[in-house]
This record gives sequence, C-alpha cells and structure tokens, in this order.
Amino acid sequence: MRTVAVVGASLAGLSAARSLRKQGYDGRLVVIGDELHRPYDRPPLSKEFLSGSLAEADLALEPDGEDLRVQWLLGVRAVGLDGPQRAVRLADGSEVRADGVVIATGAAARTLPGTDGLTGVHTLRTLDDARALRDELALGGRLVVIGGGFIGAEVASTAYALGLDVTVVEAAPTPLAGPLGETMGGIVSALHTDHGVRLLCGVGVKGLSGRSRVDAVLLEDGRSIPADIVVVGVGARPCVEWLAGSGIALADGVTCGADGRTSLAGVVAVGDCASWYDPRAGLHRRVEHWTGARERPDAAVTALLAGGAVEPGAPRPPYFWSDQYGVKIQFAGHAAGADSVTIEEGARDDHNVLAVYRRSGHPVAVLGMNQPRLFTRWRKQLAAAA
Amino acid sequence: MMIPACRLVDLPRGEAYRLDIDPPVSVFHTDDGEVFAIDDTCTHQDASLADGWLEGCEVECPLHASKFDLRTGAVDAPPAKRPVRTHAVHVEDGMIYVQLSTDAPNLPPCVAARLAGGPA
Ligand SMILES: Cc1cc2nc3c(=O)[nH]c(=O)nc-3n(C[C@H](O)[C@H](O)[C@H](O)COP(=O)(O)OP(=O)(O)OC[C@H]3O[C@@H](n4cnc5c(N)ncnc54)[C@H](O)[C@@H]3O)c2cc1C
Ligand code: FES
Repeated sequence: MRTVAVVGASLAGLSAARSLRKQGYDGRLVVIGDELHRPYDRPPLSKEFLSGSLAEADLALEPDGEDLRVQWLLGVRAVGLDGPQRAVRLADGSEVRADGVVIATGAAARTLPGTDGLTGVHTLRTLDDARALRDELALGGRLVVIGGGFIGAEVASTAYALGLDVTVVEAAPTPLAGPLGETMGGIVSALHTDHGVRLLCGVGVKGLSGRSRVDAVLLEDGRSIPADIVVVGVGARPCVEWLAGSGIALADGVTCGADGRTSLAGVVAVGDCASWYDPRAGLHRRVEHWTGARERPDAAVTALLAGGAVEPGAPRPPYFWSDQYGVKIQFAGHAAGADSVTIEEGARDDHNVLAVYRRSGHPVAVLGMNQPRLFTRWRKQLAAAA
Repeated sequence: MMIPACRLVDLPRGEAYRLDIDPPVSVFHTDDGEVFAIDDTCTHQDASLADGWLEGCEVECPLHASKFDLRTGAVDAPPAKRPVRTHAVHVEDGMIYVQLSTDAPNLPPCVAARLAGGPA
C-alpha cells in the first residue's frame, strides 16, 4: 500500500492515522476533513468547554510534538468515492487516489424541520456550534432544551450551573430509556428535577415561535414555553450522503464486518458513521461513543493492512460516560435484551447507584453513578464473560 | 522521602493500594508479581488510577480509558496527553516502601488549581 486516505479528521480518523503508523504503515497518509480545525475532543463541548472551565487549546487531540507524517487536507469536504478506483472526490474538484481508504466522517446533529432562520436556536456537535452556544449562555435567560438524551441533559446541567432558567422537553415518557432502559433512564433523568430543572416528558414539540429570534417552544399539547435560547438535542445522523453511488453497502451508516471492513475491498469504516457487525448479538450496530471511535480503528487498520487475512479479536463491550450535575455517569454493555436490572450498591437519592443489567441471570450491562471503582470491576467482568 | 505503603501480603496481585498523601500515590501489584508506584491522579481529569483497570504493566483510567505504563508513566492515547509521575519502590522484610519522586507532578488542571489554592 502506497497511499492511504482517511476521510474525517476527528477522533476516529486521527486514531486510524495513529494505528496505521503504529502498525508499521510507512507510505503516504492523507487525512481529509471538512472542518478547518485540527482534531479536537467533542465531549467537553457540552461540559467543561461550554461552562468556560476549559479553553480551546485544551481540546486538541494531538499532544505537542506528535508527528504522524500526515498530509492534512482541512476545510475541504469529500463529495464522492469511486469504489473500484478508490478515489476520493473533493468539493474543490480535486481527487485523492488511494490504495486504502478509511471512512471516519462521524455524525451530524439532527435538526427540527422549520427551525432554520430563527436566531437563538442551536444544535451542538462542532467547536463552532459550542462557541456560539457558549456566547449566548453567557448572556443568561431562559433555556429550553429539546430532547432529554445525553447531549441535551449535559447542556441542561451546564446551563443550570451557569445560572440559567432551564426546561427540558422530551417526547418519550422517560428520557434515556433507549440506552439505559426505563428504570435507570428514570433514575438518571431525575437529576434534572432534583436540581430544580423542569422536565416535561411524553410531549412532542410542534414548533418554535418568534419573528427573527426565537421566543417560545410550542408543544403538541398546546402549551407554549417561553425561551430566550433553544438547544435542539434530538440525536445525530451518520454522515454518509457523500458515499451515495459509490456502491458501498449503507444501512444505518456504513455497513461493516466485525473488523470494520466494508463491502468494498480496501475500504474500512470507523467511529460514529460505521455500523459494525456484533458477532455476539448477531446484528449490526452503530455505536456513538468516544471509546469506540478511539479503540476500534486499531482493528480496522489491521484488517486494512492485512487485506482481511486476520480473525478479529472479540471487542470489549461498548462503554460511554456522561457528566451531569456533578455526577459521573458510566455505562457499559447493552441494556436492550436485559430482563432484569438491580441496584447492587448505593442509593438513588445519594446519586451513587451501581446497577447491573442481566439476561437469564447473566450480566449484560452495568451502570454507575459516581461509582468509578465498582464500575470498573463490573466492566472487567463483562469483558471477561464476553 | 521514603514512605512505607503496605505489606506485600496485604496487596494481592491485580490490586492497587492508594496512599492518602497529597497528591495521592498508588501502588500496583501486577499479575506477574511486580510492584510499581505512580501518582494516583490521572493527568487528564480528577480520576483515581487505583480505581482503574490493571492489565499487564498498564493501568487504564477508570473514566476515559487512557492507559498509563506503570514502568515509565507514559500515556498511550488521548484524552490524557501527559505522562503520570512514577516513583521508585522497594520491598524490605515484606513491607512495600515508596521513594517519592522529586519531579513535579503532572496533575490535571482542576486538581492543580485546587492544590495551589489550598484545601478543597
Ligand atoms: C457535545 C458532545 C458531547 C459528547 N460527549 C460524550 C461523552 O461524554 N461520552 C462519550 O462516550 N461520547 C461523547 N460524545 C460522542 C463522541 O464525541 C463521538 O462518539 C466521537 O466524536 C466520534 O468520533 P468520530 O471521529 O467517529 O466522528 P466525529 O467526531 O463526528 O468526526 C467526524 C469528522 O468528519 C468530518 N466530516 C463529515 N463529513 C465529511 C465529509 N464528507 N468530508 C470530510 N469531512 C467530513 C466532520 O466534520 C467531523 O470533523 C459527545 C459528542 C458530542 C457532540
Ligand atoms: S480522567 Fe483519566 S482519561 Fe480522563
């Protein structure tokens, strides 16, 4: 292999570049990214960066002095992939021909239809989004967060700490029921109400009102919630439109084997845009977690360099964390498919719960709130049992 | 400075012992029977590495999974970017002693600020 092109210059793309060099790839390495920034860390965008306790320079994912001998093409979008030729077409009309391609284009924030053009309405995915939101939060006022998922909950918690008046609106009866299940979703999202943040569940959003600036969120039950700032946190969609017509198999993201290989030879996909096969569950899953974007490129690069001649090792159970209202929330495994969940340690009122999800008596997932030590033990146990 | 940590028999393999000094130091007993000491606080944020995942000669931070080499303190990948300080260890008559390093610790910004500003 003489040229490898990595498309997407964030955590998964950078991790792939590192893995390539670590595994001895010595050829030309091109990393293409449509943001102008060098790779930066997203989790602080809803936490320490948004609150102002972390500066922009602290977000860099590259330590000083790291030299991966990468040719960075930043501020330019990939608009197409010629599958058989393995050529990446760029928005400026140029083309990067490669022997191997790593797709790492991540995900983009979903928006609500009909919210364009109103000022005061934000989504949060990029550094530029976070700068804009941070500047507005600094002015104070009433914030309405649409969506009680992790990003929405973290923004609510940060804004609460900054002294804003915060309301969270969630369409489902229980926030976080998807990733955490009903019971624990209820316990974790009670952090809002415990802190005096209003949580309205089971009601959809009909639209926003305002002339040039948003002034209220209109709910489907007829209520109108006054707002100076609105954050739309309704999930993310994989950035794979640019692959249309390339012949690559797409479903929810890029469809991959258990080692990141796609339906095209010499092309792998990693991070939030990739839907890897999970051999244990017998299905494809797209996982939007930091640790997956960091760890999985190693296996994908091995597969890319070996041309698929190696058996992938068993992946660790997926793991993510979230910080809300000063509580460290950690989760590993899959809640879907569990038939019981028990609190093994701590109490919900003390916000230090350790809960284990089981299926037919076997642990399949673990949730911790301010329980890093016990959580790690259980996470190890889940990995060993896998 | 040389400080006694704990007895070797009281620290099973695969376990860590945290010394509550300021900043805290942790002693790890690896599965291969080696003993190492490093600063307990992750260089990224306020996490206790004694709570982490010990595998071979590496400990993985319990929060965001950066791994530190117990022998050198080196970190493998972000989010942590700086190595953790290491300390020499001696075992004498079954007792583990830690020889505190005289290097400056690499504490995360939040913890460094707290130490500089006095007690939390
Ligand atoms: C605010 C926020 C908070 C988060 N907090 C946590 C947390 O606490 N814990 C946790 O586990 N995870 C968290 N995450 C998720 C985590 O950040 C993601 O899983 C991770 O960033 C995924 O990395 P990635 O490289 O796959 O994708 P991304 O980080 O999305 O990067 C993809 C890059 O590709 C670029 N790109 C897209 N399309 C193209 C194209 N056609 N051409 C060129 N470039 C393109 C994008 O602009 C982007 O720079 C958070 C995410 C956000 C946004
Ligand atoms: S606190 Fe250790 S890696 Fe973040």
